[in-house]
Amino acid sequence: MLVARLLEAKLASLYKAGRIVGGVHLGRGQEAVSAALGTALLRGVDVFCPLIRDQAGRTAFGEPLLDCTRTYLGSVEGPMRGRDGNVHRGRPLEGMPAMISHLGAQISLVAGMLLARRLKGRLQGTVGATCVGDGATSTGAFHEAFNQAAVEKLPLVLVVANNQFAYSTPTSRQYAAGDLVERAAGYGVRGWSVDGTDLLACASVMREAVRLARAGDGPQMVVAHMLRLCGHGEHDDAFYVPDSARAGHYGRDCLEVAIRQLVEKQVATVDEIVAWRDQATDDVQRAVAQAQQESPPDPFREDWASISTRFPISQ
Amino acid sequence: MSVTYIDAIREAQEKLLHDDERVFIYGQDIGTFGGAFKATKGLAARYPGRVFDSPISEDAMIGLAVGAAIEGMRPIVEIQFADFASIAFNQIVNQAATHFFRTGVPVPLTVRLPSGGTPGSGPFHSQSVEGTFAHYPGLIVVTPATVSDAYHMLIDSVAISDPVVYCEHKFLYRWLKAKSINGDHLPIGQARIARAGKHATVVAYSAMVHEAIRAADRLQHDGWEIEVVDLRSVKPIDLDTVLASVARTGRLLAVGEAFPWGGVTAEIVSLVSEHGFNLLDAPPQRLNSRDTPVPYHPKLWASHRPTPESICDALRHLLRF
Repeated sequence: MLVARLLEAKLASLYKAGRIVGGVHLGRGQEAVSAALGTALLRGVDVFCPLIRDQAGRTAFGEPLLDCTRTYLGSVEGPMRGRDGNVHRGRPLEGMPAMISHLGAQISLVAGMLLARRLKGRLQGTVGATCVGDGATSTGAFHEAFNQAAVEKLPLVLVVANNQFAYSTPTSRQYAAGDLVERAAGYGVRGWSVDGTDLLACASVMREAVRLARAGDGPQMVVAHMLRLCGHGEHDDAFYVPDSARAGHYGRDCLEVAIRQLVEKQVATVDEIVAWRDQATDDVQRAVAQAQQESPPDPFREDWASISTRFPISQ
Repeated sequence: MSVTYIDAIREAQEKLLHDDERVFIYGQDIGTFGGAFKATKGLAARYPGRVFDSPISEDAMIGLAVGAAIEGMRPIVEIQFADFASIAFNQIVNQAATHFFRTGVPVPLTVRLPSGGTPGSGPFHSQSVEGTFAHYPGLIVVTPATVSDAYHMLIDSVAISDPVVYCEHKFLYRWLKAKSINGDHLPIGQARIARAGKHATVVAYSAMVHEAIRAADRLQHDGWEIEVVDLRSVKPIDLDTVLASVARTGRLLAVGEAFPWGGVTAEIVSLVSEHGFNLLDAPPQRLNSRDTPVPYHPKLWASHRPTPESICDALRHLLRF
C-alpha cells in the first residue's frame, strides 16, 4: 500500500511536469483492497490480471517497480517496450496478463488461462484473480465472462472495487441493484461484501475467498466499497464528487486506517512504518531514475510487426 | 467416394485433436449436437473434455480462447455464424490482434466463421466479414474455396502462432465436393491460379472463385480466355501472384461477396493500381454485393450477390476497353 501510494504520487508529479504522456490513473483509496488481493495470491502459481487502480496489488503480487516506471516513462527496456503504456502492462507468461482498455474484457481471458491449466491437468491449487470497478459491471463482457466462469466452475476471484464513480458517473446512474454483491446469487457463485477502507477486513475476506477458490469452491465475487480519493485520472479534479461522500465513512483514507490498525494491533511500530516509508521512497526514486536514463524506443529500429509469423511461408 | 467442404473441415478438426493435445474446440452447440453445420459431429464423444459447448457469449468465448492460447493451448472457436462475430469483435480486434505487438507473446487462436450467403438465410445469417477483420493489424484472414484448402488451411491455421480468422463458406459446405481431400497444399499467404487465361484476370476468393470460373466458362464460348486467381488468404494478400496475372492479361476484375464499401476487392484494385499501374490496359474493376443488408428471399438474394451473369457482364465491360 505504502509503496503504491508513494510510487503513484511520484507518477502524478511526473505527469504534471509533462514527463509522462497519455495519462496517469491512480489507485488512491483502493490500496487496501488491491494489496489484500495481491498478498493473498501466489506469484509463480496464480494468475493476477490487475486493472487500472491496482498498483498496490501489482506490487504485492511481485511486479517489479521497474516494470511500472519503465512502462510509464516509455523505456525500451520495459515489458511493453513503448508499444503500450501506463497501466496497460503485464507479463502474460508469468501469470500477469496486460489489460486492454475495454472494461470486463479481462475476465474471460483469465478464465481461459485457468481453463487451459485444467485441460493440461495442472489446475489443482491454482487461482486466477482479476479486478473491475462498478462501471465494468454494466458491460456485456462482464456478464458473459462471469457467467462463463461460473458454468465452468473455475477458481476465479473477481474483485469489484465499487468506488462510487465510473469516471464521473455515480453508481445511481450505473445500476439499480442494492449492493452489487447481490448479483453473485444470480451467477450461482459465492459473494463477499467488504469495507474497502479497512485493510484487516479486506485481508481476511481476500484470504478466505482465495482459499475457497483454490479448494474448488468455484468463482468468488468480492465487492469492496470505498470512495475513489482522486480523479479518474490526473487530468480530472473530480469536482463532481459531493462533499458528503468525501466526509462519509468511505471517504476515509485506507492507508491511514491501515497504519492505525497495524500500530493498534502491535504488528508494527510507528518508527518501523516510518522506516518502511523511507525505504519505499528510496526504491521509488531509484526505479524512476533508472527508467528515465534508459533509451526510448527508436521508430527506425522498431520491427513494426503485429504478428509473429513471417510471410511468405515456404512451401 | 467424394468429400464435401464441410467433411474436410470436420476431418481437419479430428486430425488436429488427434495429433495435438493442445487443441480444443469451443463454441455453441458443438458438443453432443455436433455443431449447427455438423462440423464437429462425433468429436465430443471421441475427444472427451476437448470439444465443449459454450454459453451464448461470443465475447467471452474469444476472451477465454485468448487466455488459453497465452497458456500454450491451440484453441479453435466456432462462431455459429460469421454475423455473430460482431459480438466477439472487441475480443478479436482488441485483445487477440494487439497481443503480440503489445506483449511479444503470440496468440495461437483460430476463429472459424461460417460465412456468406445461402438462399433464405437473410440479413443475420449471411454476412461476409473477412474485410472487416482484415482491416486490423495482428490478424491473419483466410478464405478457403476448395475442399482441399478447407482441410489443409484449417490445419495450417492452427499451426500458425498468431490469431487466424478462418472464413468458411456455408454455401460450399455440401455443394462443393471433391474426389479427395488431398490437393496442392499451398501455404497460407500464397494465391492459386484457379483457371488459366490471357484476356482478363478475375481475382476472387471463397465461393466467388466458383462463380468466377462459371463466368469464365461461359465467356470461353465467345473466345475469351479468362484467368481466375483464388486469393486463398485475404490477409496477407499474395500481390506477386495477382500482379503476375495482370501482367499476362492487362485487365483486372476483383470479385467479392462482401458489401461494396471498402474491403478486399477495393484493396486488390488499390494495390494493383499502385504497384502495377503500367500493367493495366483498362481501368481495374470491382464487383461486390449490393449495398444493402443481405435479403431473405432467394430471388432477391441471387440478385444481391455477384453471380456468373453479373461477373460476365462486368468482364464484357472490362474487355471492351
